[in-house]
Amino acid sequence: MSAFLATNTGFVLLTLAQSLALIVPLLIGVAYLTFFERKVMGAIQLRKGPNVVGPFGLGQPFADAIKMLFKETIIPTGADRVLFTIAPMLTFGLAIIAWAVIPVNNHWAIANINVGVLYLFAISSLGVYGIIIAGWASNSKYAFLGALRSAAQMVSYEVSMGFVIVTVLVCVGSLNLNDIVLAQRKIWFAIPLLPLFVIFFISGLAETNRAPFDLAEGDTEIVAGFFVEYSAMSFALFFLGEYANMILISAMTTTLFLGGWLSPIGIAPFTLIPGVVWFLLKIILCLFVFIWVRATLPRIRYDQLMSLGWKVFLPISMGYLVLVAGVLEIFGWLPNA
Amino acid sequence: MAIGGNLSWPNAWNWTRPTDEQPFPHSHGARHMIINLAFDVFAAILLLSAGMVVSSRNPVHSVLFLILAFINAAILFLIAGAEFLAMVLVIVYVGAVAVLFLFVVMMLDVDFAALAEGVQRYAPIGALVGLVLLIELGMVAVGWTIAPGAAAARLAPMAGGLTDTQALGALIYTRYLVLFQLSGVVLLVAMIGAILLTHRERKRAKTQNLDAQHRRMPADTLRLVTAELGQGVSLPSPAPTPAKEEV
Repeated sequence: MSAFLATNTGFVLLTLAQSLALIVPLLIGVAYLTFFERKVMGAIQLRKGPNVVGPFGLGQPFADAIKMLFKETIIPTGADRVLFTIAPMLTFGLAIIAWAVIPVNNHWAIANINVGVLYLFAISSLGVYGIIIAGWASNSKYAFLGALRSAAQMVSYEVSMGFVIVTVLVCVGSLNLNDIVLAQRKIWFAIPLLPLFVIFFISGLAETNRAPFDLAEGDTEIVAGFFVEYSAMSFALFFLGEYANMILISAMTTTLFLGGWLSPIGIAPFTLIPGVVWFLLKIILCLFVFIWVRATLPRIRYDQLMSLGWKVFLPISMGYLVLVAGVLEIFGWLPNA
Repeated sequence: MAIGGNLSWPNAWNWTRPTDEQPFPHSHGARHMIINLAFDVFAAILLLSAGMVVSSRNPVHSVLFLILAFINAAILFLIAGAEFLAMVLVIVYVGAVAVLFLFVVMMLDVDFAALAEGVQRYAPIGALVGLVLLIELGMVAVGWTIAPGAAAARLAPMAGGLTDTQALGALIYTRYLVLFQLSGVVLLVAMIGAILLTHRERKRAKTQNLDAQHRRMPADTLRLVTAELGQGVSLPSPAPTPAKEEV
Protein backbone atom coordinates (compact mmCIF):
# COMPACT_ATOMS: atom_id res chain seq x y z
CA MET A 1 0.00 0.00 0.00
CA SER A 2 2.74 2.46 0.93
CA ALA A 3 4.74 1.48 -2.19
CA PHE A 4 1.65 2.24 -4.24
CA LEU A 5 1.15 5.59 -2.56
CA ALA A 6 4.85 6.44 -2.90
CA THR A 7 4.53 6.43 -6.66
CA ASN A 8 0.88 7.29 -7.17
CA THR A 9 -0.05 9.81 -4.50
CA GLY A 10 -0.64 12.46 -7.11
CA PHE A 11 -3.00 10.21 -9.01
CA VAL A 12 -4.96 9.25 -5.89
CA LEU A 13 -5.30 12.88 -4.78
CA LEU A 14 -6.29 13.93 -8.29
CA THR A 15 -9.06 11.34 -8.40
CA LEU A 16 -10.32 12.42 -4.99
CA ALA A 17 -10.33 16.07 -6.06
CA GLN A 18 -12.16 15.21 -9.27
CA SER A 19 -14.77 13.23 -7.40
CA LEU A 20 -15.36 16.14 -5.03
CA ALA A 21 -15.51 18.57 -7.95
CA LEU A 22 -18.30 16.45 -9.42
CA ILE A 23 -20.23 15.38 -6.31
CA VAL A 24 -20.47 18.79 -4.61
CA PRO A 25 -22.07 20.54 -7.62
CA LEU A 26 -24.27 17.47 -8.08
CA LEU A 27 -25.60 17.67 -4.53
CA ILE A 28 -26.21 21.40 -4.85
CA GLY A 29 -27.90 20.66 -8.16
CA VAL A 30 -30.14 18.08 -6.49
CA ALA A 31 -31.08 20.57 -3.77
CA TYR A 32 -31.95 23.25 -6.30
CA LEU A 33 -33.76 20.80 -8.56
CA THR A 34 -36.39 20.43 -5.83
CA PHE A 35 -36.64 24.23 -5.77
CA PHE A 36 -36.74 24.39 -9.60
CA GLU A 37 -39.52 21.81 -9.67
CA ARG A 38 -41.67 23.70 -7.16
CA LYS A 39 -41.14 26.98 -8.98
CA VAL A 40 -41.90 25.53 -12.43
CA MET A 41 -44.96 23.65 -11.20
CA GLY A 42 -46.07 26.80 -9.43
CA ALA A 43 -45.80 28.76 -12.65
CA ILE A 44 -47.67 26.08 -14.60
CA GLN A 45 -50.47 26.01 -12.04
CA LEU A 46 -50.56 29.83 -11.70
CA ARG A 47 -49.10 29.84 -8.20
CA LYS A 48 -45.97 31.50 -6.85
CA GLY A 49 -44.12 28.49 -5.50
CA PRO A 50 -41.71 28.87 -2.57
CA ASN A 51 -40.90 32.58 -2.17
CA VAL A 52 -40.46 33.21 1.55
CA VAL A 53 -37.00 31.94 2.57
CA GLY A 54 -34.32 34.25 1.20
CA PRO A 55 -34.48 36.24 -2.05
CA PHE A 56 -36.98 34.59 -4.47
CA GLY A 57 -37.21 31.73 -1.99
CA LEU A 58 -33.69 30.56 -2.89
CA GLY A 59 -33.00 29.49 0.70
CA GLN A 60 -35.90 27.01 0.64
CA PRO A 61 -33.81 23.84 -0.15
CA PHE A 62 -31.54 24.55 2.83
CA ALA A 63 -34.47 25.26 5.12
CA ASP A 64 -35.95 21.90 4.07
CA ALA A 65 -32.64 20.11 4.62
CA ILE A 66 -32.21 21.56 8.11
CA LYS A 67 -35.77 20.64 9.01
CA MET A 68 -35.18 17.06 7.87
CA LEU A 69 -31.92 16.81 9.80
CA PHE A 70 -33.54 17.76 13.08
CA LYS A 71 -36.46 15.37 12.84
CA GLU A 72 -36.51 12.06 14.63
CA THR A 73 -35.67 8.89 12.71
CA ILE A 74 -38.32 6.31 13.49
CA ILE A 75 -37.77 2.62 12.85
CA PRO A 76 -41.09 0.75 12.92
CA THR A 77 -41.58 -2.33 15.11
CA GLY A 78 -40.90 -5.59 13.34
CA ALA A 79 -38.74 -3.86 10.76
CA ASP A 80 -35.47 -5.42 9.68
CA ARG A 81 -33.28 -2.73 11.26
CA VAL A 82 -30.14 -3.32 9.22
CA LEU A 83 -31.82 -3.50 5.82
CA PHE A 84 -34.16 -0.64 6.75
CA THR A 85 -31.13 1.57 7.32
CA ILE A 86 -29.15 0.35 4.32
CA ALA A 87 -31.91 0.83 1.72
CA PRO A 88 -31.93 4.67 1.53
CA MET A 89 -28.13 4.78 1.54
CA LEU A 90 -28.08 2.28 -1.33
CA THR A 91 -30.56 4.33 -3.37
CA PHE A 92 -28.66 7.56 -2.90
CA GLY A 93 -25.20 5.99 -3.29
CA LEU A 94 -26.13 4.33 -6.58
CA ALA A 95 -27.49 7.61 -7.91
CA ILE A 96 -24.11 9.20 -7.26
CA ILE A 97 -21.59 6.52 -8.31
CA ALA A 98 -23.09 6.36 -11.79
CA TRP A 99 -21.64 9.83 -12.40
CA ALA A 100 -18.09 8.42 -12.41
CA VAL A 101 -18.32 7.70 -16.14
CA ILE A 102 -20.40 10.62 -17.45
CA PRO A 103 -18.25 12.89 -19.64
CA VAL A 104 -19.11 16.53 -18.91
CA ASN A 105 -16.66 17.76 -21.55
CA ASN A 106 -14.25 16.15 -24.00
CA HIS A 107 -12.33 13.59 -21.88
CA TRP A 108 -13.66 15.19 -18.70
CA ALA A 109 -14.86 12.10 -16.88
CA ILE A 110 -13.53 10.66 -13.64
CA ALA A 111 -13.22 7.27 -15.33
CA ASN A 112 -13.23 7.17 -19.12
CA ILE A 113 -13.78 3.42 -19.33
CA ASN A 114 -14.37 1.29 -22.41
CA VAL A 115 -17.68 -0.12 -21.20
CA GLY A 116 -19.12 3.19 -19.97
CA VAL A 117 -22.65 2.62 -21.28
CA LEU A 118 -22.81 -0.85 -19.78
CA TYR A 119 -21.63 0.56 -16.45
CA LEU A 120 -24.43 3.13 -16.50
CA PHE A 121 -26.96 0.49 -17.45
CA ALA A 122 -25.71 -1.86 -14.72
CA ILE A 123 -25.89 0.84 -12.05
CA SER A 124 -29.37 1.94 -13.08
CA SER A 125 -30.53 -1.68 -13.02
CA LEU A 126 -29.28 -1.94 -9.43
CA GLY A 127 -31.48 1.00 -8.42
CA VAL A 128 -34.44 -1.31 -7.96
CA TYR A 129 -32.80 -2.92 -4.92
CA GLY A 130 -32.96 0.20 -2.77
CA ILE A 131 -36.70 0.30 -3.32
CA ILE A 132 -37.45 -3.39 -2.96
CA ILE A 133 -35.31 -3.71 0.19
CA ALA A 134 -36.98 -0.65 1.71
CA GLY A 135 -40.42 -2.06 0.96
CA TRP A 136 -39.66 -5.42 2.48
CA ALA A 137 -37.69 -4.21 5.50
CA SER A 138 -40.42 -1.76 6.54
CA ASN A 139 -42.71 -4.62 7.56
CA SER A 140 -45.69 -2.73 6.18
CA LYS A 141 -48.21 -3.82 3.57
CA TYR A 142 -48.36 -0.48 1.77
CA ALA A 143 -44.59 -0.26 1.55
CA PHE A 144 -44.37 -3.82 0.28
CA LEU A 145 -47.02 -3.28 -2.40
CA GLY A 146 -45.25 -0.13 -3.52
CA ALA A 147 -41.95 -1.97 -3.73
CA LEU A 148 -43.47 -4.79 -5.78
CA ARG A 149 -45.07 -2.35 -8.19
CA SER A 150 -41.92 -0.38 -8.59
CA ALA A 151 -39.71 -3.43 -9.09
CA ALA A 152 -41.97 -4.86 -11.80
CA GLN A 153 -42.13 -1.47 -13.47
CA MET A 154 -38.38 -0.87 -13.47
CA VAL A 155 -37.54 -4.34 -14.75
CA SER A 156 -40.09 -3.97 -17.57
CA TYR A 157 -38.85 -0.64 -18.84
CA GLU A 158 -35.20 -1.62 -18.58
CA VAL A 159 -35.69 -4.12 -21.40
CA SER A 160 -36.73 -1.58 -24.01
CA MET A 161 -34.15 0.87 -22.65
CA GLY A 162 -31.51 -1.79 -23.29
CA PHE A 163 -32.59 -2.15 -26.90
CA VAL A 164 -32.49 1.62 -27.39
CA ILE A 165 -28.95 1.70 -26.02
CA VAL A 166 -27.92 -1.19 -28.29
CA THR A 167 -29.23 0.74 -31.32
CA VAL A 168 -27.11 3.75 -30.36
CA LEU A 169 -24.12 1.44 -29.93
CA VAL A 170 -24.65 0.01 -33.41
CA CYS A 171 -24.45 3.57 -34.77
CA VAL A 172 -21.29 4.37 -32.78
CA GLY A 173 -19.32 1.14 -32.74
CA SER A 174 -18.04 1.72 -29.22
CA LEU A 175 -19.27 1.39 -25.65
CA ASN A 176 -17.20 4.37 -24.55
CA LEU A 177 -19.36 7.36 -23.61
CA ASN A 178 -16.75 9.81 -24.88
CA ASP A 179 -16.78 8.11 -28.30
CA ILE A 180 -20.59 8.13 -28.31
CA VAL A 181 -20.65 11.92 -27.92
CA LEU A 182 -17.90 12.43 -30.49
CA ALA A 183 -19.85 10.28 -32.99
CA GLN A 184 -22.63 12.91 -32.85
CA ARG A 185 -20.49 15.75 -34.24
CA LYS A 186 -22.30 15.60 -37.60
CA ILE A 187 -25.80 15.05 -36.32
CA TRP A 188 -27.25 14.38 -32.89
CA PHE A 189 -28.74 10.93 -32.57
CA ALA A 190 -32.03 12.47 -31.46
CA ILE A 191 -32.79 13.27 -35.12
CA PRO A 192 -32.16 9.99 -36.99
CA LEU A 193 -33.28 7.94 -33.98
CA LEU A 194 -36.20 10.17 -32.99
CA PRO A 195 -38.64 7.35 -32.01
CA LEU A 196 -35.96 5.78 -29.84
CA PHE A 197 -35.19 9.13 -28.25
CA VAL A 198 -38.83 9.44 -27.24
CA ILE A 199 -38.95 5.84 -25.99
CA PHE A 200 -35.77 6.35 -24.00
CA PHE A 201 -37.06 9.48 -22.36
CA ILE A 202 -40.42 7.94 -21.45
CA SER A 203 -38.66 4.83 -20.14
CA GLY A 204 -36.50 7.19 -18.13
CA LEU A 205 -39.64 8.63 -16.55
CA ALA A 206 -40.73 5.10 -15.65
CA GLU A 207 -37.25 4.14 -14.43
CA THR A 208 -37.14 7.06 -12.00
CA ASN A 209 -40.73 6.45 -10.83
CA ARG A 210 -41.75 9.92 -11.95
CA ALA A 211 -45.23 11.02 -12.97
CA PRO A 212 -47.13 9.74 -14.92
CA PHE A 213 -45.48 6.46 -13.90
CA ASP A 214 -45.29 7.14 -10.16
CA LEU A 215 -47.51 4.20 -9.23
CA ALA A 216 -44.91 3.03 -6.76
CA GLU A 217 -45.85 5.96 -4.54
CA GLY A 218 -49.44 6.46 -5.66
CA ASP A 219 -50.77 8.48 -2.72
CA THR A 220 -54.42 7.67 -3.31
CA GLU A 221 -53.95 3.89 -3.44
CA ILE A 222 -50.96 2.93 -1.31
CA VAL A 223 -50.41 6.14 0.68
CA ALA A 224 -46.80 6.79 -0.31
CA GLY A 225 -45.58 3.42 -1.43
CA PHE A 226 -42.22 2.00 -0.49
CA PHE A 227 -41.03 4.88 1.71
CA VAL A 228 -44.20 5.30 3.77
CA GLU A 229 -42.42 4.18 6.96
CA TYR A 230 -39.38 6.39 6.47
CA SER A 231 -38.92 9.65 8.29
CA ALA A 232 -36.36 12.42 8.75
CA MET A 233 -32.98 11.93 7.08
CA SER A 234 -33.65 8.42 5.76
CA PHE A 235 -36.70 9.81 3.95
CA ALA A 236 -34.62 12.72 2.70
CA LEU A 237 -32.10 10.28 1.21
CA PHE A 238 -34.85 8.57 -0.81
CA PHE A 239 -36.17 11.93 -1.88
CA LEU A 240 -32.74 13.20 -2.92
CA GLY A 241 -31.98 9.85 -4.58
CA GLU A 242 -35.05 10.25 -6.77
CA TYR A 243 -33.93 13.71 -7.87
CA ALA A 244 -30.32 12.59 -8.37
CA ASN A 245 -31.68 9.80 -10.57
CA MET A 246 -33.67 12.35 -12.57
CA ILE A 247 -30.47 14.30 -13.21
CA LEU A 248 -28.69 11.06 -14.09
CA ILE A 249 -31.33 10.00 -16.62
CA SER A 250 -31.21 13.50 -18.11
CA ALA A 251 -27.44 13.22 -18.39
CA MET A 252 -27.78 9.81 -20.06
CA THR A 253 -30.34 11.21 -22.52
CA THR A 254 -28.02 14.14 -23.22
CA THR A 255 -25.00 11.90 -23.77
CA LEU A 256 -26.75 9.31 -25.91
CA PHE A 257 -29.06 11.52 -27.98
CA LEU A 258 -28.43 15.25 -27.55
CA GLY A 259 -24.72 15.34 -28.32
CA GLY A 260 -23.38 15.66 -24.77
CA TRP A 261 -21.12 18.69 -24.45
CA LEU A 262 -21.26 19.50 -28.20
CA SER A 263 -22.75 22.83 -29.22
CA PRO A 264 -25.93 22.64 -31.30
CA ILE A 265 -24.37 24.47 -34.26
CA GLY A 266 -20.68 23.92 -34.93
CA ILE A 267 -19.80 27.55 -35.81
CA ALA A 268 -17.96 30.31 -34.01
CA PRO A 269 -20.19 31.98 -31.41
CA PHE A 270 -21.57 28.67 -30.25
CA THR A 271 -18.32 26.71 -30.13
CA LEU A 272 -16.71 29.42 -27.97
CA ILE A 273 -19.03 28.58 -25.09
CA PRO A 274 -17.41 25.83 -22.99
CA GLY A 275 -18.78 22.31 -23.40
CA VAL A 276 -19.75 22.06 -19.74
CA VAL A 277 -22.24 24.90 -20.21
CA TRP A 278 -23.89 23.17 -23.16
CA PHE A 279 -23.98 19.92 -21.19
CA LEU A 280 -25.68 21.64 -18.24
CA LEU A 281 -28.14 23.50 -20.48
CA LYS A 282 -29.21 20.26 -22.14
CA ILE A 283 -29.64 18.56 -18.75
CA ILE A 284 -31.76 21.46 -17.52
CA LEU A 285 -33.89 21.22 -20.66
CA CYS A 286 -34.49 17.50 -20.00
CA LEU A 287 -35.29 18.21 -16.34
CA PHE A 288 -37.76 20.89 -17.37
CA VAL A 289 -39.56 18.33 -19.54
CA PHE A 290 -39.60 15.92 -16.56
CA ILE A 291 -41.34 18.57 -14.45
CA TRP A 292 -43.58 19.75 -17.27
CA VAL A 293 -44.83 16.18 -17.74
CA ARG A 294 -45.47 15.85 -14.01
CA ALA A 295 -47.49 19.04 -13.88
CA THR A 296 -49.52 18.11 -16.97
CA LEU A 297 -50.35 14.42 -17.12
CA PRO A 298 -52.45 12.32 -14.73
CA ARG A 299 -51.06 9.05 -13.36
CA ILE A 300 -51.71 6.12 -15.69
CA ARG A 301 -53.23 2.83 -14.62
CA TYR A 302 -51.01 -0.13 -13.79
CA ASP A 303 -52.18 -2.36 -16.67
CA GLN A 304 -51.67 0.54 -19.07
CA LEU A 305 -48.15 0.96 -17.75
CA MET A 306 -47.35 -2.71 -18.32
CA SER A 307 -48.93 -2.91 -21.77
CA LEU A 308 -47.09 0.27 -22.82
CA GLY A 309 -43.76 -1.20 -21.76
CA TRP A 310 -44.13 -4.71 -23.12
CA LYS A 311 -46.54 -4.34 -26.06
CA VAL A 312 -45.56 -0.94 -27.46
CA PHE A 313 -42.04 0.08 -26.53
CA LEU A 314 -40.39 -3.34 -26.69
CA PRO A 315 -41.57 -4.24 -30.24
CA ILE A 316 -40.84 -0.73 -31.56
CA SER A 317 -37.35 -0.60 -30.11
CA MET A 318 -36.53 -4.13 -31.31
CA GLY A 319 -37.85 -3.39 -34.79
CA TYR A 320 -35.96 -0.11 -34.96
CA LEU A 321 -32.75 -1.87 -33.94
CA VAL A 322 -33.13 -4.31 -36.85
CA LEU A 323 -34.04 -1.44 -39.19
CA VAL A 324 -31.06 0.69 -38.18
CA ALA A 325 -28.64 -2.24 -38.39
CA GLY A 326 -30.03 -3.11 -41.85
CA VAL A 327 -29.76 0.46 -43.14
CA LEU A 328 -26.21 0.81 -41.85
CA GLU A 329 -25.24 -2.51 -43.42
CA ILE A 330 -26.82 -1.78 -46.83
CA PHE A 331 -25.30 1.68 -47.20
CA GLY A 332 -21.96 0.62 -45.75
CA TRP A 333 -22.23 3.12 -42.88
CA LEU A 334 -21.32 0.65 -40.17
CA PRO A 335 -18.56 2.06 -37.97
CA ASN A 336 -15.27 0.09 -37.75
CA ALA A 337 -16.45 -2.09 -40.66
CA MET B 1 1.48 3.32 5.38
CA ALA B 2 4.20 5.90 5.77
CA ILE B 3 3.50 8.46 3.10
CA GLY B 4 6.11 10.93 4.37
CA GLY B 5 9.78 9.95 3.78
CA ASN B 6 9.99 8.71 0.24
CA LEU B 7 7.76 11.15 -1.60
CA SER B 8 10.11 12.46 -4.24
CA TRP B 9 9.20 14.63 -7.20
CA PRO B 10 8.25 13.67 -9.88
CA ASN B 11 7.63 10.02 -9.06
CA ALA B 12 5.19 10.35 -6.18
CA TRP B 13 3.39 13.41 -7.47
CA ASN B 14 2.69 11.87 -10.80
CA TRP B 15 -0.39 13.59 -12.18
CA THR B 16 -0.68 11.52 -15.36
CA ARG B 17 -3.71 9.31 -15.57
CA PRO B 18 -3.12 5.62 -16.20
CA THR B 19 -4.03 4.64 -19.76
CA ASP B 20 -4.55 1.28 -21.42
CA GLU B 21 -1.07 1.36 -22.90
CA GLN B 22 0.58 2.55 -19.73
CA PRO B 23 -1.33 1.74 -16.57
CA PHE B 24 0.30 3.47 -13.60
CA PRO B 25 3.24 4.77 -15.64
CA HIS B 26 5.88 4.97 -12.97
CA SER B 27 5.41 1.82 -10.98
CA HIS B 28 4.58 -1.63 -12.23
CA GLY B 29 5.46 -3.43 -9.04
CA ALA B 30 3.21 -1.22 -6.94
CA ARG B 31 0.39 -1.69 -9.39
CA HIS B 32 0.57 -5.45 -9.13
CA MET B 33 0.60 -5.21 -5.39
CA ILE B 34 -2.52 -3.08 -5.18
CA ILE B 35 -4.32 -5.38 -7.63
CA ASN B 36 -3.35 -8.44 -5.59
CA LEU B 37 -4.60 -6.73 -2.46
CA ALA B 38 -7.90 -5.85 -4.17
CA PHE B 39 -8.26 -9.43 -5.37
CA ASP B 40 -7.72 -10.79 -1.86
CA VAL B 41 -10.25 -8.40 -0.34
CA PHE B 42 -12.99 -9.05 -2.89
CA ALA B 43 -12.39 -12.79 -3.02
CA ALA B 44 -12.70 -12.89 0.78
CA ILE B 45 -15.98 -10.97 0.65
CA LEU B 46 -17.19 -13.28 -2.12
CA LEU B 47 -16.47 -16.42 -0.07
CA LEU B 48 -17.97 -14.94 3.10
CA SER B 49 -21.18 -13.89 1.39
CA ALA B 50 -21.43 -17.25 -0.38
CA GLY B 51 -21.19 -18.87 3.05
CA MET B 52 -23.87 -16.56 4.39
CA VAL B 53 -26.21 -17.54 1.52
CA VAL B 54 -26.29 -21.05 2.96
CA SER B 55 -26.13 -20.26 6.64
CA SER B 56 -28.37 -17.20 7.16
CA ARG B 57 -31.73 -17.98 8.74
CA ASN B 58 -33.85 -15.57 6.77
CA PRO B 59 -34.29 -16.58 3.09
CA VAL B 60 -34.49 -12.91 2.03
CA HIS B 61 -31.10 -12.32 3.62
CA SER B 62 -29.83 -15.36 1.72
CA VAL B 63 -30.86 -13.85 -1.61
CA LEU B 64 -29.30 -10.51 -0.69
CA PHE B 65 -26.04 -12.25 0.18
CA LEU B 66 -26.27 -14.07 -3.14
CA ILE B 67 -26.51 -10.68 -4.84
CA LEU B 68 -23.48 -9.48 -2.90
CA ALA B 69 -21.64 -12.59 -4.10
CA PHE B 70 -22.61 -11.82 -7.71
CA ILE B 71 -21.33 -8.27 -7.42
CA ASN B 72 -18.03 -9.43 -5.95
CA ALA B 73 -17.67 -12.00 -8.72
CA ALA B 74 -18.17 -9.15 -11.19
CA ILE B 75 -15.43 -7.18 -9.46
CA LEU B 76 -13.10 -10.21 -9.75
CA PHE B 77 -13.86 -10.28 -13.50
CA LEU B 78 -12.98 -6.60 -13.59
CA ILE B 79 -9.66 -7.24 -11.85
CA ALA B 80 -8.93 -10.01 -14.37
CA GLY B 81 -9.47 -7.47 -17.16
CA ALA B 82 -12.78 -8.90 -18.43
CA GLU B 83 -14.71 -5.64 -18.17
CA PHE B 84 -17.51 -6.64 -20.55
CA LEU B 85 -18.24 -9.87 -18.68
CA ALA B 86 -18.23 -7.99 -15.39
CA MET B 87 -20.85 -5.51 -16.56
CA VAL B 88 -23.00 -8.17 -18.20
CA LEU B 89 -22.89 -10.25 -15.03
CA VAL B 90 -24.24 -7.31 -13.06
CA ILE B 91 -26.88 -6.40 -15.66
CA VAL B 92 -28.20 -9.92 -16.25
CA TYR B 93 -27.79 -11.69 -12.92
CA VAL B 94 -28.07 -8.87 -10.41
CA GLY B 95 -30.34 -6.55 -12.39
CA ALA B 96 -32.80 -9.13 -13.67
CA VAL B 97 -32.46 -12.71 -12.42
CA ALA B 98 -31.84 -11.93 -8.76
CA VAL B 99 -34.70 -9.40 -8.71
CA LEU B 100 -37.07 -12.20 -9.68
CA PHE B 101 -35.51 -14.47 -7.04
CA LEU B 102 -36.04 -11.79 -4.45
CA PHE B 103 -39.61 -11.29 -5.62
CA VAL B 104 -40.49 -14.95 -5.20
CA VAL B 105 -38.70 -15.37 -1.87
CA MET B 106 -40.25 -12.22 -0.39
CA MET B 107 -43.74 -13.34 -1.30
CA LEU B 108 -43.31 -16.83 0.12
CA ASP B 109 -44.95 -17.28 3.48
CA VAL B 110 -42.18 -19.02 5.35
CA ASP B 111 -42.68 -20.37 8.84
CA PHE B 112 -39.24 -19.98 10.40
CA ALA B 113 -39.99 -22.23 13.38
CA ALA B 114 -41.05 -25.14 11.16
CA LEU B 115 -38.00 -24.52 9.03
CA ALA B 116 -35.67 -24.73 12.01
CA GLU B 117 -37.35 -27.97 13.11
CA GLY B 118 -36.76 -29.43 9.65
CA VAL B 119 -33.07 -28.63 9.81
CA GLN B 120 -32.69 -30.83 12.90
CA ARG B 121 -34.45 -33.73 11.26
CA TYR B 122 -32.74 -33.65 7.91
CA ALA B 123 -29.26 -32.70 9.13
CA PRO B 124 -27.79 -36.26 9.01
CA ILE B 125 -29.02 -36.87 5.45
CA GLY B 126 -27.77 -33.45 4.36
CA ALA B 127 -24.38 -34.13 5.91
CA LEU B 128 -24.21 -37.47 4.10
CA VAL B 129 -25.01 -35.90 0.71
CA GLY B 130 -22.47 -33.17 1.38
CA LEU B 131 -19.82 -35.74 2.28
CA VAL B 132 -20.43 -37.71 -0.93
CA LEU B 133 -20.18 -34.51 -2.99
CA LEU B 134 -16.99 -33.51 -1.19
CA ILE B 135 -15.39 -36.92 -1.87
CA GLU B 136 -16.39 -36.72 -5.54
CA LEU B 137 -14.96 -33.22 -5.78
CA GLY B 138 -11.71 -34.45 -4.24
CA MET B 139 -11.53 -37.32 -6.73
CA VAL B 140 -12.03 -34.92 -9.62
CA ALA B 141 -9.43 -32.50 -8.27
CA VAL B 142 -6.82 -35.22 -7.90
CA GLY B 143 -7.38 -36.88 -11.26
CA TRP B 144 -7.86 -33.68 -13.27
CA THR B 145 -6.12 -33.67 -16.67
CA ILE B 146 -6.67 -31.52 -19.72
CA ALA B 147 -7.57 -33.55 -22.82
CA PRO B 148 -4.67 -33.65 -25.28
CA GLY B 149 -6.53 -31.91 -28.10
CA ALA B 150 -8.20 -29.26 -25.94
CA ALA B 151 -5.32 -26.81 -25.61
CA ALA B 152 -4.79 -26.75 -29.37
CA ALA B 153 -8.50 -26.32 -30.12
CA ARG B 154 -8.75 -23.28 -27.88
CA LEU B 155 -8.68 -19.99 -29.76
CA ALA B 156 -7.06 -16.92 -28.30
CA PRO B 157 -8.73 -13.60 -29.06
CA MET B 158 -7.16 -11.57 -31.81
CA ALA B 159 -4.44 -9.28 -30.63
CA GLY B 160 -3.87 -5.71 -31.69
CA GLY B 161 -5.57 -2.80 -29.99
CA LEU B 162 -8.98 -4.46 -29.70
CA THR B 163 -10.99 -3.76 -26.60
CA ASP B 164 -12.24 -6.64 -24.50
CA THR B 165 -15.76 -6.30 -25.95
CA GLN B 166 -14.59 -6.28 -29.57
CA ALA B 167 -12.36 -9.32 -29.05
CA LEU B 168 -15.19 -11.27 -27.42
CA GLY B 169 -17.68 -10.29 -30.13
CA ALA B 170 -15.27 -11.19 -32.90
CA LEU B 171 -14.93 -14.69 -31.47
CA ILE B 172 -18.58 -15.28 -30.64
CA TYR B 173 -19.89 -14.17 -34.00
CA THR B 174 -17.34 -16.00 -36.17
CA ARG B 175 -15.75 -19.08 -34.70
CA TYR B 176 -18.43 -19.91 -32.12
CA LEU B 177 -21.44 -18.61 -34.08
CA VAL B 178 -23.31 -21.92 -34.19
CA LEU B 179 -22.80 -22.65 -30.51
CA PHE B 180 -23.85 -19.11 -29.63
CA GLN B 181 -27.03 -19.31 -31.71
CA LEU B 182 -27.84 -22.75 -30.34
CA SER B 183 -27.59 -21.52 -26.77
CA GLY B 184 -30.02 -18.76 -27.74
CA VAL B 185 -32.43 -21.39 -29.08
CA VAL B 186 -32.14 -23.35 -25.83
CA LEU B 187 -33.08 -20.23 -23.85
CA LEU B 188 -36.01 -19.56 -26.19
CA VAL B 189 -37.29 -23.10 -25.74
CA ALA B 190 -36.98 -22.75 -21.97
CA MET B 191 -38.91 -19.48 -22.07
CA ILE B 192 -41.72 -20.85 -24.22
CA GLY B 193 -41.88 -23.95 -22.02
CA ALA B 194 -42.20 -21.85 -18.87
CA ILE B 195 -44.99 -19.78 -20.44
CA LEU B 196 -46.78 -22.89 -21.64
CA LEU B 197 -46.60 -24.54 -18.21
CA THR B 198 -47.94 -21.54 -16.31
CA HIS B 199 -50.40 -20.09 -18.78
CA ARG B 200 -54.06 -20.77 -18.18
CA GLU B 201 -57.12 -19.39 -19.85
CA ARG B 202 -59.20 -17.47 -17.36
CA LYS B 203 -62.73 -17.42 -18.69
CA ARG B 204 -64.41 -15.41 -15.96
CA ALA B 205 -61.76 -12.75 -15.61
CA LYS B 206 -62.85 -9.29 -16.66
CA THR B 207 -60.48 -7.88 -19.22
CA GLN B 208 -60.53 -4.66 -21.10
CA ASN B 209 -61.17 -4.57 -24.84
CA LEU B 210 -59.35 -1.40 -25.87
CA ASP B 211 -60.38 -1.81 -29.50
CA ALA B 212 -64.09 -1.99 -28.67
CA GLN B 213 -63.75 1.01 -26.39
CA HIS B 214 -62.06 3.11 -29.02
CA ARG B 215 -64.60 2.18 -31.70
CA ARG B 216 -67.48 3.31 -29.51
CA MET B 217 -68.91 6.61 -30.75
CA PRO B 218 -71.20 9.03 -28.92
CA ALA B 219 -73.85 8.47 -31.61
CA ASP B 220 -74.01 4.74 -30.77
CA THR B 221 -74.87 5.21 -27.15
CA LEU B 222 -76.24 8.69 -26.70
CA ARG B 223 -79.58 10.13 -27.74
CA LEU B 224 -80.47 13.74 -27.13
CA VAL B 225 -84.14 14.23 -26.44
CA THR B 226 -86.10 17.36 -25.73
CA ALA B 227 -88.70 16.25 -23.25
CA GLU B 228 -92.14 17.89 -23.51
CA LEU B 229 -93.57 19.24 -20.27
CA GLY B 230 -95.57 16.58 -18.48
CA GLN B 231 -94.96 14.01 -21.23
CA GLY B 232 -91.75 12.36 -20.21
CA VAL B 233 -89.56 10.37 -22.55
CA SER B 234 -90.55 7.08 -24.05
CA LEU B 235 -87.75 4.58 -24.23
CA PRO B 236 -87.50 2.38 -27.30
CA SER B 237 -88.48 -1.09 -26.17
CA PRO B 238 -86.65 -3.27 -25.51
CA ALA B 239 -84.00 -0.85 -24.29
CA PRO B 240 -80.56 -1.64 -25.75
CA THR B 241 -78.39 -2.89 -22.90
CA PRO B 242 -74.72 -2.08 -23.39
CA ALA B 243 -72.43 -5.09 -23.37
CA LYS B 244 -70.78 -5.46 -19.99
CA GLU B 245 -67.12 -5.42 -21.01
CA GLU B 246 -67.54 -2.20 -22.95
CA VAL B 247 -68.16 -0.04 -19.90
